[in-house]
This record gives sequence, C-alpha cells and structure tokens, in this order.
Amino acid sequence: MLAQAIGLLQNFESDVVEIVALSLRVSLTAVALATLIGLPLGALVAVARFPGRGAAVVVLNSFMGLPPVIVGVAVYLLLSRSGPLGPLGLLFTPSAMIVAQTCLTLPLIAALARQTVEDAWRQHGETLRSLRVPMVARVRILLWDCRFSLVAVLLAGLGRALSEVGAVMIVGGNIDRATRVMTTAIALEISKGDLALSIALGIVLMTLVFALNILASGVRAAAMLRHGH
Amino acid sequence: MATEPLLSLRAVSLRPNGRTVLDAVGFEWNEEVRVCALIGPNGSGKSVLLRTAHGLLEPDEGEVRFEGRPPPGDGLAFEGQALVFQHPSLFRGTVLENLLLVPDPPGRPRSERRERALGMLDRVGLRPLAGAPALKLSGGERQRLALARAWLTEPRLMLLDEPTASLDPSATEQVEQLIGDIRASGCRVLLVSHNLGQAARLADEVVFIHQGRLLERQRAAAFFDCPRTSEARHFLQGALPWQLTTA
Repeated sequence: MLAQAIGLLQNFESDVVEIVALSLRVSLTAVALATLIGLPLGALVAVARFPGRGAAVVVLNSFMGLPPVIVGVAVYLLLSRSGPLGPLGLLFTPSAMIVAQTCLTLPLIAALARQTVEDAWRQHGETLRSLRVPMVARVRILLWDCRFSLVAVLLAGLGRALSEVGAVMIVGGNIDRATRVMTTAIALEISKGDLALSIALGIVLMTLVFALNILASGVRAAAMLRHGH
Repeated sequence: MATEPLLSLRAVSLRPNGRTVLDAVGFEWNEEVRVCALIGPNGSGKSVLLRTAHGLLEPDEGEVRFEGRPPPGDGLAFEGQALVFQHPSLFRGTVLENLLLVPDPPGRPRSERRERALGMLDRVGLRPLAGAPALKLSGGERQRLALARAWLTEPRLMLLDEPTASLDPSATEQVEQLIGDIRASGCRVLLVSHNLGQAARLADEVVFIHQGRLLERQRAAAFFDCPRTSEARHFLQGALPWQLTTA
C-alpha cells in the first residue's frame, strides 16, 4: 500500500499534482485574505478601548473553535441560488471554498493576533501614548514589532485551512478536476477503498505542513538573530 | 495678563485601589527654573507624579495643567511634553526606524522627517549606528536613543525618569551631557533621580517628595546645604526608609 502511494508520488501523477495545486491555491488565498482583515482587526481590539471590548474579545476567542461544517452550511446558504449572494454563481467553485476557508481562519488569526499585540501593547503602550502616536499608526507599529510572532499565527491559520474538510466539502462539492482538494480527496478515496491515493495525498499534506513550519522557523530565527529579541 | 505657568498641579491625589500614592500634591513651575529635580525614597510616588504630570495617569482629585491646558484625554500625553522612561521601550527595527515612528511636531512637514531624525542622531552621537538593530544597543546607547526620540518631538518640557539608573559612569556622563544640551536648547527638564550628585550637578531646583506628599521645594544648592524638613535631612544622610517613617 505504502509502496503504491510512493509510486504515485514518484510518477508525479497529474491527479495528485492538480489536487495539491488547488489545495494550495485555495488555502493560501484564504489565509492571505484572512490575514489582511484579521491582523488589523485583532490589533485594533488589542489597542483600542471601547464599550463592549470585553464582549468582542470573547466573541473572537469563541469563533476560533468554529466547527468547519457550521461555516460550510452558513456559506452554502449565503451562496446558494436562493441566498443573498446566489446571483454571483460562486457555489461549487474554488471561490466558494476560498470564502469558506477565509471565514474559518479569520477569527483564529484575529484572536491570536489580538493576544500577541496586546502583550506588545503592555510593553510599548505608554511610549506610544507618550509620543502621541495616532491609533492607526499604533496598530501598524505594533504589528510590525510583533512580525516574528505573527508568523506562527499565520501558520496556525494555514494549518487550519489546509487540514479542514467539512466546509470545502459542502461549498465546493468535491467535484473532480474542479473543486477537489487534498482533504476531500482523501475522504473520498478512503470511502472508495483506494488507500494508496489517500496515503499519497496524506504524505504530501504532511510534507507541506512540515516544510512551511521549517521555513517559517528558519526565517524567524534569522530575523531574531539580526534584530535581537 | 499673567502668563500661565509651564506646568501646574493643584491638589493632585491619586489613589489606585484605595491606596494613596499621591496626596494633594501642589506644584507650579517656576519660570526661572530650567532643570527641576524630583527626589525622594523608593515608592514615594516620583514616577507616578511624572506620569500624572505628563497626562498618562488621570488624578482622582485635583487638576494638572500644562501651559494652562488640561490633559488631552484618551490616555494621550500633553502636546509639548516628552517623557523618557527609566526602562525605555525600543521597537524591533533599526535605530533610525525607532526615530521615524515619532509623529511630526506641529508645523514640521513629513518630507523632513528623515533628515530631522538623522540630524538628531548626530546630536546624540548615534549617527554611525543609524542602521544598527535598536534592540542590540548597550544600556547607554538605548538611553541616548530614547532621549533622541523624545527630543525629536521638540518638547517645551522634558520629563526624565531616572535616565541614568543602571548605567556605568561613562554612559552616565554622556547622558548628563545630553541633558545639558537639552537644557541649553531652551527646553525645561523635570528630572527624577536617585543620584543625589546628579541632582546637585544638573538641577536649579529640588522638589522632595515622601509618601506621596510634596514636603519641600528649594533652590538646589540651598536644599543640599540645609534641607528644611527632617524627612529630607534623613534622606540626604542616607537613612533607611523605616527610619524615615518614624522620624
């Protein structure tokens, strides 16, 4: 079984390559979108003081553990023909999968960024207030100051996006050569009894996760060495 | 019409969690004074007083005014003041980048920011380190960078919270020279220091604070020659805090 799986990878089977490429495209795009929104949002909640801030923190933290199937159903209802965004015709396309994974990773990235930036605010808050740095600039400065720690936050988001199956299955439909990604393909092949392809995709998935983590750790260590900690 | 004093505190009290840290402190900056030293034993409320005068802490009673203006609120410091903390927080980036994050003072165009920052690094002797990581600076260099960052805001009053604590004599001398330069530039300085020699060297006036109360205010030479209160006398003689409380 394992030999068959390795054979599939060695032969660079087009099925495997396509599935891996789509997985990466969907998850990386979703994490990029969630990062663009989540990092400033998390930092703003960390730095700003406003009525209901405590509740906002609780909601962010709670949404970190949002079940993928719930997100899948919500996005399905939103994009289905009778839903508010139905006319866009996005259901069962990679775009729908990107929307679902963005919704899934956004709270995780925002909540972890909030915690990271809040620690930095404790350290630098008085200095920034003393220098009369405006709110937007505070957020920018603290995000930049925490950049090495935030790499881990982005990796957590990417890990969640790459490994989830429920949401993309519901809004993507697991259509061959259209919306099939690694996790949905693994689930399908297991149910069909084709363990070799499942194992091959599993190996690729784990290798990708390890490679990204090693790369991020390397970049972080090099940057810390240059800038100090 | 009489001009407003640079800084005035009227019956300022601060009681976080019911514990009195400042007790009805009243103070008006004397126009002739260029450098005023705030001294007192550990825990007497000096740093808290500095933060309150800066606008970072809101008093429970009384009022703080700077050039006649109340604090801006929202936890922001007074415009026209700068504070250098005992342990300045520097950001992960180069020395120059730590200066570039300072907002431009009123009337200064953004296009001049970089030139002004480099000029300031020249003044504090850190120009050769402009591209060096700020977090790798020595203690003395960090303190000079923090002074440069504060000075770059072009303050009319600089508040310094033990700027030479834990520095070696050479670094202390460099920082003291900078304080002299800041004074010479026309900026007034309110200095918290445990170093009595430093207070005597730099200050025109001394304010002595004990257990949150302002007990004594005199010209520096007079204070060190002949303090009026027994608490100040004991403090100058190096008496221990528990002896002070029973004096």
